[in-house]
Amino acid sequence: MNDPAWMDAAFAAARPKAVAALLRYFRDLDTAEEAFQEACLRALRKWPENGPPRDPAAWLIMVGRNAGLDGKRRDKRFTELPPEHQLSDLDDPEGGMVDRLDQADYRDDILRLLFVCCHPDLPATQQIALALRIVSGLSVRQIARAFLVNEKAMEQRITRAKARVAAAGVPFDTPAPAERAERLETVLAMIYLVFNEGYSASGGEIEARQPLCNEAIRLARLILRMYPAEPEVMGLTALMLLQHARSAARFDQNGSIILLDMQDRGLWNPKMITEGLALVDKAFRHRRPGPYQLQAAIAALHARAARPEDTDWREIDVLYAMLEEITDSPVVTLNRAVAVSKAYGLDQALALIEPLAERLDGYFNYHGVRGAFLQQQGRADEARTAFNRAIALAGSAAEADHIRSHLDSLEKVAANAG
Amino acid sequence: MLYAILCYSNEDEVMAWSKAEDDAVMERLQGVIGRVAQQGRLGPTARLLPTTSATTLRKGKSEPLVMDGPFAETKEQLLGFYIIDCEKLEDAHDFARELTEANHAPGSYEIRPVGFFQQGVVTDGSAVATLPAQRTAAE
Repeated sequence: MNDPAWMDAAFAAARPKAVAALLRYFRDLDTAEEAFQEACLRALRKWPENGPPRDPAAWLIMVGRNAGLDGKRRDKRFTELPPEHQLSDLDDPEGGMVDRLDQADYRDDILRLLFVCCHPDLPATQQIALALRIVSGLSVRQIARAFLVNEKAMEQRITRAKARVAAAGVPFDTPAPAERAERLETVLAMIYLVFNEGYSASGGEIEARQPLCNEAIRLARLILRMYPAEPEVMGLTALMLLQHARSAARFDQNGSIILLDMQDRGLWNPKMITEGLALVDKAFRHRRPGPYQLQAAIAALHARAARPEDTDWREIDVLYAMLEEITDSPVVTLNRAVAVSKAYGLDQALALIEPLAERLDGYFNYHGVRGAFLQQQGRADEARTAFNRAIALAGSAAEADHIRSHLDSLEKVAANAG
Repeated sequence: MLYAILCYSNEDEVMAWSKAEDDAVMERLQGVIGRVAQQGRLGPTARLLPTTSATTLRKGKSEPLVMDGPFAETKEQLLGFYIIDCEKLEDAHDFARELTEANHAPGSYEIRPVGFFQQGVVTDGSAVATLPAQRTAAE
């Protein structure tokens, strides 16, 4: 059993649990991480010899804890020697650990580990980088690649983030239910940020950034395992699976976005869709809809439609209306307008977004969507104005290209008519 | 005789595999099962999606209860399984509820989506565990 790939998978799988438990023990991120590294090094020597332990996470926690203690003693030049049984690598250290560390301990430990990465003083990009480094165990090089910065800059960013977290102090109390719910919400938001870092990539960035989507899904499943009855955790996991399922169909050869209507649905990942659909159904049984569940349910209706024309736009409109009530976001209304245009017609859709003109005037997609409605109504001049405004506000080349393709089709129609 | 082979493993670890590793394992497995399939000895094969997508229908004294998560008791043993095509999770729950009505023995049904499925065909019908007398009657 000295297949290194197997051991790597075991380390990656055990990492969140093990680092989280070590953080509770040492109350310091760096010490916890170093202790975990040391435990992995010892595992590389021991496991091929003795065979893999029954519970790798428990083994790594125990050995990491001893290694961390040794390190602390060395640093402080402690003179007294600890009892032999604490110093040596035990043959089967996990025995008692498994009983003592039940799922509930892991649950709060892992939530805490993720929660310290979401410290409100940290900008979103630092939260994500920290979580990817500490919880997922991605290397600084991998993270730097995903964020399109050089390794040194990322190293500094992570070091600064860690220093801030250390200065802020880690919350070590066992959280009360209300606080636990709050932590959970913060952590879910951070996981979705990780996902969107990957999902929003286009063009040449896709290859480097898309792994972030898988990482986010892995984190969400981890949280779901700990909180199996939380419908919003199911919702977020489902949402990411259903969105990520389309990734092979979302871009053309040049890396330009292909809209949902135009995507080759045969390229969608059926496994992710199946898992996502099951999770949406599972979540809605709780009758406590939240923003992630509603967005996932909308994605599920798209996933269930074999062809674009099979899409249940009326149901999507209902779900967006519920989402509107919860979030009070004009962007949600804008998305709802697309469903309304398909279900009830362009007049109603335009009427729905007209009141948003002021609030969304600086938002590229508002003008893009509005332009598309006007274009479909044959109001070419107004559409052109809206598209030009959208291009001026576009945040990326891919966004601008996408609007430009609308403009091109306008020009073609005009040329044919003329 | 028909045998069911039930696969148990550490889900965390299997899910930490890269796509390339996962593909390689699936390909090696296909090599093994392909041989048996050619001999007409392989029935349905399924790989289940993560336990996080599971629900469990628990038979109780009154109405059976649907709970989130996989079956977690160790006091009970796996005695069989069904594979059913359902549009909605709810339909699978309904089917499991009907099963509880037909079989009052206490226990649970774990309902888990299937990620990989191969129909398979067992060509020798006599492989099924029936009494010799029933077999003759069927022929």
